This record gives sequence, structure tokens and C-alpha cells, in this order.
Amino acid sequence: MCDGSWRAHAFLLVTLETTELKLPSRIEAIEEAATAVAGFVNRSGISEEAAFGIDMAVREAIANAVIHGNRLDETKLVKINVKSSPDSLEIKVHDQGQGFNPETISDPTKEENILKSSGRGIFFMRNFMDEVDWSTAPEGGTSVRMIKRRVN
Amino acid sequence: MAELNISERQAGDVTVLDLNGKVTIGEGSVALRTAIRRLLEEGKKKILLNLASVGYIDSSGIGELVSSYTAIEKDGGQLKLLNLTKKLQDLLTITKLLTVFDVYESESEALNTFK
Repeated sequence: MCDGSWRAHAFLLVTLETTELKLPSRIEAIEEAATAVAGFVNRSGISEEAAFGIDMAVREAIANAVIHGNRLDETKLVKINVKSSPDSLEIKVHDQGQGFNPETISDPTKEENILKSSGRGIFFMRNFMDEVDWSTAPEGGTSVRMIKRRVN
Repeated sequence: MAELNISERQAGDVTVLDLNGKVTIGEGSVALRTAIRRLLEEGKKKILLNLASVGYIDSSGIGELVSSYTAIEKDGGQLKLLNLTKKLQDLLTITKLLTVFDVYESESEALNTFK
């Protein structure tokens, strides 16, 4: 299962305040990338409860990029940037997919959707983060930007 | 090591699945789906999921719980949940699924509610 070959394509660059991670679009990469981001988030000094929510949101964002954005095409990369500032943590997840309109995502807590087996990822992202927005990059692909503000 | 280990035991006519690990996209969700399908094929339709040792779940894992529930109900069976962690309880609360699932903290109490 863990052949480690994708590691050869991934690299982690850490500076004082930012991390950038690139990974091929494989299911197995979600866990590794989320773990790396969680390490950065935990070192940023944010509360444990906030860190749990950020971890949830990050996993959902990466899973969406890998599966729905890049459609598990391993030649396409998912790029993750994490920035820590005194006020907030900002996480961007960029894929090379066609993009989507977030307004078309239905509310999974509505009665008619409650027994659906999917459609809760974006709900979790919005629930656990203070800001979530999507954009299409000029060179193509979709970016989701998520912000968690620090509570002093 | 597998992301999710599932061990099966029988308590009368109820099958208890003890889950240990992560119910997340990929391996964990697939393991749960496979286990539930196999039980239904074997005609075991009264199923109690012990989630005490589920350290992590994502939207895919929660979707798999919902799929398990609907598949078992459709087959005339019953699915109940036992020992939710605090975090899983929170996630089921915000997704409004806590009202859908039959949830217990005591195994003997849960077993007694199967019809």
C-alpha cells in the first residue's frame, strides 16, 4: 500500500510563516498532505479545538481537489499553501481542474438531502473555517482559500 | 497497518462490529462498505456499530455511515450506533444526522432495543 513513490514528487518548503506543498492527485496523498499541514497548524499556536476544525476542512479541501478537481489524474498536482499571521491562518488549495460553482452545492442538512451519501465536504469547510471562497486562476485550475481567525 | 480494522462478534441475533481506526476517504470508507455488504449478503441485518475506537472520520466516512443505514433499512434490517466519540457526536449534530441514527452509550441497552 505504502510504496512511498509519490514522496519523490512531493516536497515541503518551510519558512517562518508559510508552507507550500505539492502532491500528485492520489487518494493516499490526502492523508500525508493533511498531516503535514496539521503539523504546521499545531506549531502556529492556534487552539486545539480550532486545529481540529482546520484539519477537517483541509482534508475535505484536498480530497475535493484530488478527486473532483484533478479527477485522480496523477500527472496533475494539488498545491497547498499555508500562511500563519498574528491574526489568522490562511490555507489555499489549488487544483488543475475545470472548477465549479459553489452556489450549486446543496445544503446537506436539508431534509431532502439528509440521507445522501455525499455532499458534506464543503459544508464542513464552511462550518469550521471563518471564510471560504473559490476562484479560478488565470492559468486555469481552481483555488479554494480558507481563513481561520485567531481568537485572542 | 490497515487504516480501519473491523472485528465482528455475535450477540444473540445482533452482529456487533467493533471499528478501530479511521473512517476516511479511501481505505477506511471502503472497509466499512465491504463489511456491511457482506453482512447483508449473509442475511445478518441487525447490526450494531461500536465506534468507540474511531479516532477520525471525514465527510466520506459520515457518508458511508449514512449509506450503511439506508442499505440496511432497505433490506428490512436495523443499524444502531454505539459509543460515539465526542467529536463524532459533534459532527453528527451539525449535519443533523444525530436525529437519524439510533445512538447508544451502553452496549446492553443498545442490544435490548433490536426488534
